[in-house]
Amino acid sequence: METQRVVSQPIESSPQIEIHAPAAPVEQQKVPKTRGRSIVVTSGKGGVGKTTTTANLGVALAARGARVVLIDADVGLRNLDLVLGLESRVRHHVLDVLEGRVSLADALVRDKRVPTLYLLAAAQDREKDDVTADAMLGLVEQLRGEFDYVLIDSPAGIETGFKNAIVGADEAIVVCTPEVAAVRDVDRVIGLLGNRINPQLVVNRIRPALVRKGKMLSVEDVNSILRLPLLGVLGDAPDVIVSTNRGEPVALDEASATGAAYRAIAARIAGEDVAAPQAAEPEGFLDKLGSLFGGRR
Amino acid sequence: MLNRVMEWFRALVGTPSSSSVAKDRLRLVLLSDHLALAPDVIEAMRREIFDVISRYVEVDEARSDVSFEHKEQGIAMLANIPILSLKPREPELRSTDESSPKEETSVLETVSVNGHNSDNYGRRPRKRRRRKASGASQTAPAQ
Repeated sequence: METQRVVSQPIESSPQIEIHAPAAPVEQQKVPKTRGRSIVVTSGKGGVGKTTTTANLGVALAARGARVVLIDADVGLRNLDLVLGLESRVRHHVLDVLEGRVSLADALVRDKRVPTLYLLAAAQDREKDDVTADAMLGLVEQLRGEFDYVLIDSPAGIETGFKNAIVGADEAIVVCTPEVAAVRDVDRVIGLLGNRINPQLVVNRIRPALVRKGKMLSVEDVNSILRLPLLGVLGDAPDVIVSTNRGEPVALDEASATGAAYRAIAARIAGEDVAAPQAAEPEGFLDKLGSLFGGRR
Repeated sequence: MLNRVMEWFRALVGTPSSSSVAKDRLRLVLLSDHLALAPDVIEAMRREIFDVISRYVEVDEARSDVSFEHKEQGIAMLANIPILSLKPREPELRSTDESSPKEETSVLETVSVNGHNSDNYGRRPRKRRRRKASGASQTAPAQ
């Protein structure tokens, strides 16, 4: 009902448009021909599904043929490698690169399941303050020269780690669950992203049956407060838990509804005009009956 | 549809759903978050309210107080402004009368435009903030 937003522009209508132009480089020849998109996945609150979303969108975008690199910006609490199932192959991390111990190429872990997907892991034995914003910006800029998408998995919070995660990003995906604390934190984060970055919303862990019963905030409730362009909605489905247990991102699972939702979000990010995925599935017999009689899906 | 029926039923019984309680609580807390984050905006509002009232009556600014209070319906702005004396009504006030609604919107514009320096609250047009603010009650008891 409250949809007017000056900045809200559906991403599919302008897939290749850079939101802001960086400072003009002095030597044009040295600028790489491609300049990929840098997107931070953030939320403020922890535990809402940032890392799962980063991993699955990375997988889904790469499965479409794009060259994708995922940066785990959660220094000290490295998890993206685990969710992707790449933990055994991480040899170096982002601080090894920033501090010049290894080359960027050596630190990138290639995902064998989706060959155009790469991971740059976070340091586990270091702290957020060990990374500087300038260094992160330089790293993201360098990666944008070689990849179509640079997805940055932001840590929870709004301190140094968050600031380092957003410094190189031109776009943001904010992940919110239908909880009061998550919505409030996303609201705060939207303010901190500033005018430079126009965030889009992913609502995670919706349970349609609870929403119908009035026991859970609906997507419309959440977005009547946040008022962001809606990128997609993900249900609170068990297949995500199972896939994370196994280290096999659900976006790879052709049979999974959640996987399909992640693939649809990826298509929207890539500029395809597909509908924002909605959380599917009535959960029990009564709910099925309810939806038969016109209950919202 | 089922949703509507359920809401309607709950409204009859008088127990709001927990999700609508959550939504109301969020609206309230975010309004106060945003106001708390922008003291300059509150000051600008206070300033302009005094200016408008001062056109009609002489007020005691030193003993005035503007605050916000949580009510059942939402946040209310309470302005306690002691009046020292009434000013004689001048003809030119006619035009000021007409422009006073405009003044009010300009106060509210301040809310959404100059949100906060580093934060970005002013960027988004916030309908609810305007609605709440325009529905705010102002009490000016004469002393």
